[in-house]
Amino acid sequence: MHPLRYDLQLIASWITPGSRVLGLGCGEGDLLFWLKQNRQVIERGIELKEFRVVKCIEKGISVLQGDINTEIRDYPDQAFDYAICSQTLQQVYDPVSLIQSMLRVAKKCVVSFPNFGHYRIRTQLMATGCAPVTKELPYEWYNTPNIRVLSLRDFENFARQAGFTILKKAAINMKNHQMEGKIVTFLPNLFATYGIFLIGHP
Amino acid sequence: MSEYIDHDPNGTTVGQVEKQFFTFAGTDDPFVLESGASLGSVTLAYETCGTLNPDRSNAILVLHALSGDSHVAGYYRADDAKPGWWDIMVGPGKGIDTDKYFVICANILGSCMGSTGPASVNPATGKPYGTDFPLITIGDMVRAQKILVDHLGIDKLLAVVGGSIGGMQMLEWCVRYPDSVASAVALATTCRHSALAIAFNEVARQSIMADPNWRGGHYYDGPRPGMGLAIARMIGHITYLSDESMRLKFGRRLQNKSALSFEFGADFQVESYLQYQGNKFIERFDANSFLYITKAADYFDLAREHGNGSLVKAFSKCRARFLVVSYTSDWLYPTYQSKEMVTAMKKTNLDVSFCEIEAQWGHDAFLLPNDKLDHLMAGFLRSVAHASAAV
Repeated sequence: MHPLRYDLQLIASWITPGSRVLGLGCGEGDLLFWLKQNRQVIERGIELKEFRVVKCIEKGISVLQGDINTEIRDYPDQAFDYAICSQTLQQVYDPVSLIQSMLRVAKKCVVSFPNFGHYRIRTQLMATGCAPVTKELPYEWYNTPNIRVLSLRDFENFARQAGFTILKKAAINMKNHQMEGKIVTFLPNLFATYGIFLIGHP
Repeated sequence: MSEYIDHDPNGTTVGQVEKQFFTFAGTDDPFVLESGASLGSVTLAYETCGTLNPDRSNAILVLHALSGDSHVAGYYRADDAKPGWWDIMVGPGKGIDTDKYFVICANILGSCMGSTGPASVNPATGKPYGTDFPLITIGDMVRAQKILVDHLGIDKLLAVVGGSIGGMQMLEWCVRYPDSVASAVALATTCRHSALAIAFNEVARQSIMADPNWRGGHYYDGPRPGMGLAIARMIGHITYLSDESMRLKFGRRLQNKSALSFEFGADFQVESYLQYQGNKFIERFDANSFLYITKAADYFDLAREHGNGSLVKAFSKCRARFLVVSYTSDWLYPTYQSKEMVTAMKKTNLDVSFCEIEAQWGHDAFLLPNDKLDHLMAGFLRSVAHASAAV
């Protein structure tokens, strides 16, 4: 089995064995597959791209091809213990309603995203006056799928406004093709490239 | 469907297979149909490939569509021109791997490829039934298959796999016999026909019944209603293709000529193709069977039959794990119909995977070679076999 990406390892460590897990934008199903094999979870995934869906089903993962914003609507209330949205929130048109849907179908939700408050982004904008382009957000303003850039602090403010609870959080840096990484504790909104949040009902 | 069959380019095949027959029910214990009518004796033609394992847990039932038969893969004789209808999918190392699984395929009730149907002899009269054959349903076909599967000593099928009308049978299996099905694969199918699908079937049936040789369905002692059946098949073929596939396959190209003939012969390749398919079909298929099977497909309505009109309620009876596959260019059973079944399955917490395969070949895409479908099928079955071995 492939080793998991560092951020996915961290998410996996938060999941209770044997729970029911919904992966939103689950890609080729690496995390769900790992959780199924090692944590005996009951997994469901939603993924838009046909070739990725084929990869998931080949692995034996249960996955539906479709748009996460609409596919999530059919599940009964609290059908899952966890809903995971890894590195996708910044590409969602209506993140408020997605997070509400996630909290409707799951007891707890994991959300992760690249931190737009990172110092390299701040200094790029300051020094060049141009929209920042980084390893984590590698697109130009005109072709980026990341339409909802946010910082760790933005998300915490958002939690207060939208009325959900942050149960756990991790600010991280990754290296070696994201296979390794470490937790950032000193000024995380300035020095972490990614944030991972476990959220729950108020 | 048979026009696509060809020898496997890699040369892998299950090898020699045999058409077998199973007969049940009699005048004393007739097979009672959903319509209330009954059949005194029922024969199903079937084929098996691969080996049933000692605990009888590796059986996969493949369900064929309108014009298929029990000959799913391999060859009856070494010099056969063509293998079984799904030889590209069923065989050693293929999507449905006969090195691992025991595959069963039976000709459906009402067909004319060895199973009891309107062309069979009515024991009461000693003559072919014709239209005295009672109307049958998808449920009747499935109940007959269950008797065969029981006869083969299999309590639980590892998987039930079907496309198109075969997919309807698969859905019926899962709802009717939830304890006998571990998993199910639905290809290019629907929980009920749309008005469009019924309309095409009705035009096809009318063309058969308008053939002067049809004679109320009692034609077996004279010429067959070949023209009517050929036109019915031509209509079918239009619905199995798509605008795109017809454009790519034929465009406006002319058949064996460089200019329009200004006569009513076949000028365009598409005309010639349809005529060829129609004429080939009448050599192997019975017009009455076409009427009975299309009617059964039009009647099929999973929600009405099993859920008082609610698909969610119908699926709440199932326990199987599902793989649902649709094709982008299928306008006979479009993706929205597959999504409808997936949505109902999700609402009942069933374990379902769904993939819409990008394909330009219309409804018939599920019968054409496709690596993606092979991978989906193999991966899904592997995981189902793994899970059921762990129990």
